[in-house]
Amino acid sequence: MHQHEPNDWKKYVIVLFITSTIFISGLWISNYLNSKKINQVRNIEDKISLDLMSSETQFDLFQEISCKDISSTVLSSELNSLAAKISYSENNIGVKNVDVISLKKYYSLLEIKDYLLMKKITERCGKKSAFILYFYGNDDCKDCTKQGYVLNTLSETYPNLRVYSFDYNLDLSALRAMISIYKVPKDLPAIVVDGKVYSSFNSTEDIEKLIPDVVKAKLIEDKKKALLESSKISGEKTSTPDKVKNDTLN
Amino acid sequence: MDSFYTIIFYVFSFIAIYIQIFFLVTFLDKRKTIKWSPLKLDLNYYPTVTIAVPIYNEEKTIIKTVQSLLSLDYPKDKLKIFLVDDGSKDNSWNTVQIFKDNPSIILLQKENGGKHTAINLALEKTDSEFFACLDSDSFVHNQALKRILKYFENDPKTMAVVPSILIYNPRSIIQVIQKVEYDMAIYTKKTLGMMGGMQTTPGPLSTFRRKVFEELGPYRKAHNTEDQEMALRMQEHGYKIDYCPDAYVYTNAPHSVAKLYRQRVRWIYGFIKNMIDYRRILFKRKYGSVALFTLPSGIVAIFGIIFIFITLFYNIIKFIINKYIEFQTMGFNHLFRFDYKFEWFFVSTKAVLFFSIVLYILVIVSLLIGRKLSTGKASFSFSMFYYIIIFSVIAPFWMLRAIYNAIFSKESNWTFERRVTDN
Repeated sequence: MHQHEPNDWKKYVIVLFITSTIFISGLWISNYLNSKKINQVRNIEDKISLDLMSSETQFDLFQEISCKDISSTVLSSELNSLAAKISYSENNIGVKNVDVISLKKYYSLLEIKDYLLMKKITERCGKKSAFILYFYGNDDCKDCTKQGYVLNTLSETYPNLRVYSFDYNLDLSALRAMISIYKVPKDLPAIVVDGKVYSSFNSTEDIEKLIPDVVKAKLIEDKKKALLESSKISGEKTSTPDKVKNDTLN
Repeated sequence: MDSFYTIIFYVFSFIAIYIQIFFLVTFLDKRKTIKWSPLKLDLNYYPTVTIAVPIYNEEKTIIKTVQSLLSLDYPKDKLKIFLVDDGSKDNSWNTVQIFKDNPSIILLQKENGGKHTAINLALEKTDSEFFACLDSDSFVHNQALKRILKYFENDPKTMAVVPSILIYNPRSIIQVIQKVEYDMAIYTKKTLGMMGGMQTTPGPLSTFRRKVFEELGPYRKAHNTEDQEMALRMQEHGYKIDYCPDAYVYTNAPHSVAKLYRQRVRWIYGFIKNMIDYRRILFKRKYGSVALFTLPSGIVAIFGIIFIFITLFYNIIKFIINKYIEFQTMGFNHLFRFDYKFEWFFVSTKAVLFFSIVLYILVIVSLLIGRKLSTGKASFSFSMFYYIIIFSVIAPFWMLRAIYNAIFSKESNWTFERRVTDN
């Protein structure tokens, strides 16, 4: 009678132990690195918050100082890189992760504060800036990806345009207040320009029509640059031509 | 949806890592028991041996196969070679006539009935103590038989011994990567042999004690993978199957993707069907490692690879759709903007990535051990990376096809003719 050798249960258990150790280590390492990333984002947010408070204070003092002294680019670059990091964390750590949601709320709050402050500064100093509030949804919003591309490109093209993105479904009272003030519908994507809501997808051309001042400022800037370039090439050491000067002043 | 994927990924990763570590622990634990034969090996006793070579349309390779058998270092009066022509349509029968006067060779001809019928015919006509078969596209190393028989001599409980199969003269890239795979198989099969978990006794020179057939019956028709059915039948009855890593047999491997695909669909299809036939032994302790480890690992491997492939496919499709939306919205030039700046923040820290790295390391360790067993040196080679990449891409296709065939009972109508020419 043939028989198999007895099963080596001890080995099955030892291998289970080794595998579990590797598995738990993997989960722990991943968790540790994720929490480091979350801390990194939180630190950036704290820094931005500080900058923002400083700007607000500056603004309060502003009646006594001139417009050119106020720093107008508090967030721009940092805000963009922060947005990329939070969006990456949503994919890497999880959309439903409590820490990620908290970072996102903090970020949205900073955006709202920046928006309010920048609006005030613009009004007071008469700058040619435009603001777009963009509301998107993570689920069931087919056109949000398209709208995201359009707005990204626009904000890169026009330095005086500031785009603030908000997750429509984020449970944040300040955001809910903004949604109710501007009466943003559930039909996403939606943008708000100068207090008016434009729901569903808006193309680059559509949006450019809504921000004529910024587009014009960019055109003048481009013209100015082109003339400077050509004057450099021809070796002329003359100052900016009068026409451009006049355009800029207008 | 994402968390569902993650959980499935965790489950597959856990089992896959478990399987790899199980192999490694068994191998490291028992590696000292591997006996490498000296160049000139002597047996205490030279038993009678029959080697059956089933032939179907193999006029091109059969001479070389038989010549390799004739040059085996074994007493001529103890060795019988049965060349069984299974109704070839080519010139195979005439070709083998050159051996008709050789006293060691017996020529048989029959109507086509499949490989197992050809082997069984030889089995009926012999009463030698040991019986082996050799596919007609394979060639043996001249010490192979003695090395195999030494295993039987050392352990009377050993009922079958499987040799090391190597790729004969690998030339095309597809053959080179199969060489990597076959080298690794020396490690995995030896380890399975050590734990008593071999699930197949492949065509090239697997050798049996004659009483295996007397007690369990001859080969049976089994989904074009009769070798596997034989091994599972032996395992069911507690017969020990061992593996001899230095009994080398060289086999012709498929040289194109299409042929490799057909061969693997047949193998996986056979594995699935045989496993269904032998489902009664699955997870039952009394059937040992084959029931608790080998067969379950095979199932996990098939579904794991398909799952990874579907995930990858899903991500690629998602990427393409996003790029298409980008193209539609922003135009062609926007697609090729590259303003990516490296930052550690954007390196994935998902646990799944960590598990994948661990798994790949374990696979590379297996490849290196296989290479060490095959060539004596555990060195890296580019073909290992080709193997991992190419097999990751094409293996899911034959697995999916084999599952499809198994579900819809599409018994491959590849006859013996197709089987041999596929190889």
